[in-house]
Amino acid sequence: MRVERLKTDLLIIGGGTAGCYAALTASEKSDATEILICEKANIKRSGCLAAGVNALNAYIVEGRTPQDYVDYAKKDADGIVRDDLLYTMSERLNKVTERLEQLGLVILKDENGKYVVRGNRNLKINGENIKPILAAVVEKLPNVTVLNRVNIIDFSVNGNKINGAFGIGIENDTFYIIEAKAVIIATGGAAGLYKPNNPGFSRHKMWYPPFNTGAGYAMGIKHGAEMTTFEMRFIALRCKDTIAPTGTLAQGAGAKQINSLGEVYEAKYGLTTSERVYGTVNENIEGRGPCYLRTEGISPEQEESLLKAYLNMAPSQTIRWIESGKLPSQANVEIEGTEPYIVGGHTASGYWVDTKRATTISGLFAAGDVAGGCPQKYVTGALAEGEIAAVSAVDYISENTTGSISGSEIDAHISEIERFIGENRSQFTTEQLEEAMQTVMDSYAGGIKTNYRFNGKQLDIADYKIRQLTELSDALHADDFQELMYIYELRERLTICRSVIAHLRARHETRWHSFAENLDHPEKDDINWRKYVNSRMENGEIKIILRDLTEEGQKTYEHSN
Amino acid sequence: MSIAIDRNKCVGCGRCHEVCPGTLIKLGADKKAYIKYPKDCWGCTSCIKECPVYAISFYLGADIGGMGSKVHTEKKDGLLCWVIEQPDGKTAEIAIDPKESNKY
Repeated sequence: MRVERLKTDLLIIGGGTAGCYAALTASEKSDATEILICEKANIKRSGCLAAGVNALNAYIVEGRTPQDYVDYAKKDADGIVRDDLLYTMSERLNKVTERLEQLGLVILKDENGKYVVRGNRNLKINGENIKPILAAVVEKLPNVTVLNRVNIIDFSVNGNKINGAFGIGIENDTFYIIEAKAVIIATGGAAGLYKPNNPGFSRHKMWYPPFNTGAGYAMGIKHGAEMTTFEMRFIALRCKDTIAPTGTLAQGAGAKQINSLGEVYEAKYGLTTSERVYGTVNENIEGRGPCYLRTEGISPEQEESLLKAYLNMAPSQTIRWIESGKLPSQANVEIEGTEPYIVGGHTASGYWVDTKRATTISGLFAAGDVAGGCPQKYVTGALAEGEIAAVSAVDYISENTTGSISGSEIDAHISEIERFIGENRSQFTTEQLEEAMQTVMDSYAGGIKTNYRFNGKQLDIADYKIRQLTELSDALHADDFQELMYIYELRERLTICRSVIAHLRARHETRWHSFAENLDHPEKDDINWRKYVNSRMENGEIKIILRDLTEEGQKTYEHSN
Repeated sequence: MSIAIDRNKCVGCGRCHEVCPGTLIKLGADKKAYIKYPKDCWGCTSCIKECPVYAISFYLGADIGGMGSKVHTEKKDGLLCWVIEQPDGKTAEIAIDPKESNKY
């Protein structure tokens, strides 16, 4: 193992959508600021946009205002959002969209040169190459260095102030010690907590990137950062098997959700994101499954366009249509809910941040899926948050000096790594413990197996078993640094599981069907639970903090205690 | 869901290895690429788009209804052309103009 020490002004952890845009913003704001991006993969195709994306889902169309977007996201989350975060994101959506177009993204325009809109919030694009476009811009910035294949495993925090981070070079067997004046965490959300739809050979054919394992959440939790709304899990409604998006069929081609009797059931349950999933689950439970999106009879032009649209974001669905010989005009598309994820770009789970995207750890800023309180971000919202976090971090750097990382902290990390790559004492492999974790969460914390439902007794069992698995993970063994990363990824997810369980247990109501379906408290309770469920780890235990909602229309929020 | 790399076609340029978001593709002693963790592929097709000699193909696992078709992409006259070779010998091709937006 090599040891390398680095020093920078601004460390950005995660070079995905938010991280790349944060680097671009910080670089343009201050050319004297040295910026380092650490990315576990390669920024060219890392994060959520590796395969591409076929629409920009967060845009303020003509005649609408940022406040309309706030209202929409707030309604979808049934009130548990931060007005200030949604507003400051929404007012930047159009500016970042124009910037993306300048950088080279193709956006559909009409004959007058105006964007063609899909519904009230969406633009049609060709987003197959959206990530290479962003990456190419970042790589040209003179004051930005990118370290690909470097996985950050821990923050260095002293007296609630961040001083940098520790990482492992997964292809060069290097331990990195990185001192920084400020850090932006942009590692995305967490997949792989629950047993996936297809746990065998195609276990990674999931909605969210399987390589986003929630490192940012876990590192924050361990260092006592306040987190919010981990009980609002996200479950995507997807095309069966390929787990490809349904929005393109539903919103784009106007396909309705129908059951096996051909009845349109979506109106019966409601049209929020969680209600669409819940309706599908319930139709199956009541014997009217499978459920479909009704595509039979679409025109040849629509079909041709759909085949292309899917190749630009989820190629497996087009391949499915072609190799099965059943094109969407000939056969309805079967749908199912995915396993639950924790992802702050769609629901409100993540770091508890102020309006500037400062977390409760001094010098640590959060952007994108890792930041809480601000759902329905999608691509443009992640860019907007990257911009806000970058501006805040650069301001912070101008007012603060670098702290230093202590020798004892470094030694502790090196000895932990040496333990994992040393003599093999483990009876279990990382893969076995990962499967065990997913089975526990599936069975006892509201996974696919229980139709996303749970009760307090089950959560108690889940918590007990996750703690056991955490202990077992101490003895895991890695043959190389990639396997070492797998150990850290597993341990991160075990930490997040504990937080999810604590949050699910804390909210004594069912506000969102399927996302948090608490059988002990099956009704919504507006009198007692119009509150944020937040948490902080203290002495190894997750302590729940209930906070009042921000006021209607509130534009700023500062951390108080 | 995974990919297969044809060793006979691989020229060892390393571009698939460089781009894979899961760090799943490795280079052997002869520089030729192989997928070390086939079960961990997300199906993003990044590697397929990088390969200059069309040595990498993508397929759906049998557990998600895959029927044995193999897919690769070719860049022709500025178009991204998806080639789907089916086990019965039929080939489907869909060409996409990167300058053209999706309609849905």
